[in-house]
Amino acid sequence: MPEETSHIPPAAAAFPPVSRREVLQATAGAVALAALPGGAADSAAAAEAGAAAGHSLRITVNGHAHELAIDPRQSILDVLRERLNLTGTKKGCNQGACGACTILLNGQRVNACLTLAAMHDGAEITTIEGVAQGEALHPLQAAFIEHDGFQCGYCTGGQIMSGLGCIAEGHAGSPAEIKAWMSGNICRCGAYPGIVAAIAQANKAVRS
Amino acid sequence: MTMQAIGKPHSRVDGRAKVTGGARYAAEFNQPDQLYAVVVGSTVGLGRILRIDAGAVAQMPGVRAVISHLNAPRLAYQPHKGGTDPANGERLHVLQDDQVRFYGQPVAVIVADSLDHAERAAAALAVSYAGETPVVDPLDAKVQPVAPQAGRAGADRSRGDADAAFAAAPVTVEASFDMARENHTPMEPHATIAAWSGDRLTLWSKSQFVVNEQAEIAAIFGMPAANVQVICPFVGGGFGTSLRTWPHVTLAAIAARQVGRPVKLVLTRRQMFHTTGHRPRTLQRVALGATTDGRLTSLIHEGSGETSRYEQFVEALTSTSGFMYSCPNVRTRYRLLPMDTGTPTFMRGPGEASGMYAVESAIDELSYKLGIDPVELRRRNEPAIDEAEKLPFSSRSLMQCYALGAERFGWASRDPRPRAMRDGRLLIGWGVASASYPCFFSPASARVRLLADGSAEVEAASSDMGPGTYTSMTQVAAETLSLPLDKVRFSLGRSDFPATPSHGGSQTMSSVGSAVRAACLAVQAELAKRAVADRRSQLFGASIDSVEWREGRLSRKGDAAAGPSYSELVTGAGGSPVEAGASAARDAAIAKQYSMHAFGAVFVEVSVDPDLGLVRLRRAVGAYGAGRIVNPKLATSQCIGGMVGGLGMALMERTALDPRDGRPVNAHMGDYLVPVNLDVPHLEAHFVEEQDPHVNPLGVKGLGEVALVGMAPAIANAVFHATGKRVRELPIRIENLLDV
Repeated sequence: MPEETSHIPPAAAAFPPVSRREVLQATAGAVALAALPGGAADSAAAAEAGAAAGHSLRITVNGHAHELAIDPRQSILDVLRERLNLTGTKKGCNQGACGACTILLNGQRVNACLTLAAMHDGAEITTIEGVAQGEALHPLQAAFIEHDGFQCGYCTGGQIMSGLGCIAEGHAGSPAEIKAWMSGNICRCGAYPGIVAAIAQANKAVRS
Repeated sequence: MTMQAIGKPHSRVDGRAKVTGGARYAAEFNQPDQLYAVVVGSTVGLGRILRIDAGAVAQMPGVRAVISHLNAPRLAYQPHKGGTDPANGERLHVLQDDQVRFYGQPVAVIVADSLDHAERAAAALAVSYAGETPVVDPLDAKVQPVAPQAGRAGADRSRGDADAAFAAAPVTVEASFDMARENHTPMEPHATIAAWSGDRLTLWSKSQFVVNEQAEIAAIFGMPAANVQVICPFVGGGFGTSLRTWPHVTLAAIAARQVGRPVKLVLTRRQMFHTTGHRPRTLQRVALGATTDGRLTSLIHEGSGETSRYEQFVEALTSTSGFMYSCPNVRTRYRLLPMDTGTPTFMRGPGEASGMYAVESAIDELSYKLGIDPVELRRRNEPAIDEAEKLPFSSRSLMQCYALGAERFGWASRDPRPRAMRDGRLLIGWGVASASYPCFFSPASARVRLLADGSAEVEAASSDMGPGTYTSMTQVAAETLSLPLDKVRFSLGRSDFPATPSHGGSQTMSSVGSAVRAACLAVQAELAKRAVADRRSQLFGASIDSVEWREGRLSRKGDAAAGPSYSELVTGAGGSPVEAGASAARDAAIAKQYSMHAFGAVFVEVSVDPDLGLVRLRRAVGAYGAGRIVNPKLATSQCIGGMVGGLGMALMERTALDPRDGRPVNAHMGDYLVPVNLDVPHLEAHFVEEQDPHVNPLGVKGLGEVALVGMAPAIANAVFHATGKRVRELPIRIENLLDV
């Protein structure tokens, strides 16, 4: 019989605290960048955004540097999907409640929908498109296929990014721990048992 | 050796695309020069639009159009009803008049050069209304129940004299049940990208029924269906909400035409609770009469469900009550409750899930009154035939499901007394319930092309919202053609592919699978015909009856030597692909001879915290008799997913409406509760061996719905066993159990 576990709020995993210092640093970085000459990796998009886009942003996504002018209201999620055409990161609820948009931001898992891009100038971002090494799947990706940890696939990118975070944080030591620390990622198809099995297997592979 | 693809636990053929972010869903087909549309919904629940202040918003940054009934084109809205549209009533005509029929009804659409600009303008648009108070509560005295105008599922049925038998029965149960409205809440919001090229329209649109979306949009715009193309290779969860074409698809097409550029429109999560259907709240009464040794003498099942004022949504609320149990006196009655709400729609196990919740709960109550184990009670009332239709079942393995499930669950060690089982301070309950869903088989078509390299391309309109259509159809084609899986490429999700029925009603495997099989046989026949007529072929001159396909080679009957392969035949004939299409449909005579359903038995264990009233599912075992299982790995996932859906229905899901205006107050994934990882314990799905030659050529029954159906009553019954308190509403919440 499964044991009773204490419920660790998944929100703790989904929203790593951002200190006031980090916010100030991000802002300062953005101001400094605004004074730099262009060299935009995404000049077409920058031009399209036009005068209304008041903010310059420099981010590295999956190892590729981007510099673009953004609307200060834009989330990282919308920048990824609508500006960089990186659509593997999904918009499920846009309210931080489903986890489909989970990315690694400077190595930490966050909900991209609740993360204002303008606050993260200079950030290193990893999305689901950046997890495999060429044709070689990451052990967690392979484990998701092996354990059928998905059906429709829409939450899958977020589950895998969150699973990578879960493993890196040391929160994948047991099925009960994985369940607790993965409960910020909803799978409406109900593939949770496969998700837990996949993360447990990948955790072993990564740590061995 | 014979290559077998069917029945093997293959991993998903689209797995790599889904784990790398490469699978593209509707909103991800970004088009050059694309603009963004955002819907503005009504903020009153009933009334009339008085004024729309479009001028101010039109001046906002990036805004290209503000479209409302004041300036929208008058659309044709020609008659069209697909199989997933209500038979009675007329669909909402969007932006065609000033009437507001329900809260959140689209009243305008904003088009801008970026999503942010469109969202900002949509939030700023001032709309004033002459509002009235809508009727949104089924218990409101102003609700006037109506009998459904058509549809066999809705017909009142009676055999014997159920009321007299109930009055005379020595043991009776009579109970009323209230099941909450649910929203499908798939992970992927509804989304459409619309692009016009002259008078041709392309829609990248989330749909479980691309050919119907094509026909519906063509009818709405008064254009030939051939001028509309719907593309949807991946569906991010559906559960029924994408079976119909909702107003946002029309809005995207209107917007794209108005601005002369492609337009992307994605509903917000909140809007997903307004205009894209829901499982209707149902009110039910069940009355059972039985002999003291547990034989049913009367079964009365009455129910009613929400619908809108402009359409009659009819589901199979009472349809299983006629054949689940042997009973001489049965009466069912079904009514609709028209209210000021959007039209409900099919949601996983539509009707069966709600109706069997009530009846299976009542049967459980009866088992306690009789002092008979609930599994044994079902065994004593197992019918030999479908007593409603007076037809034999094509196959019915319900008792085998109970035997298998009971064994795997360990049911024999259950203490039958309520509150008798404990784990420390927690009350433990074990519950059980039956599941059933019809085996539909609708006309479907498919096309197969054999290429010179010996591979096959297979196409059917269809969809794959998660069950694994890509994989299972690849398996059917590989098996029929005797090809390895990696030599078959199956494509779906395009309205210009051969037509298929809706990807719902658990009928894709039966219908599309049978069509794929038929198309594979047709292309083999075509290739054989060419081979015997081709002077260059070693089979030239042979009669078509003297050759046969063995292991993917065309050989002479009785000749052990292997003949030419697909590759050799196609190459030999010039190298152009050889193509054939075929359709499949149920033999009408078979449908008159057999009652065809899938069955299942679900066993669950719950714990109830007596101080907090908190219910947790601890484990579940589902056993299903669903015919041939094409892919046990994916079928298991589908059943576990159905159990998780049933867990949501039992303990969490409830769309709560503000009685003042009908606004769904919990239209948010943080407040509309669905199971999360930590809610889901060890779940097992098992399949009983079942060979059914009647349901369709593949012998498959479909799993999507039956997997969900029995879960909620099993949990409700387990809560009673744990606590001794019968809760007759879903979801069962803490406040229902504070006194246990």
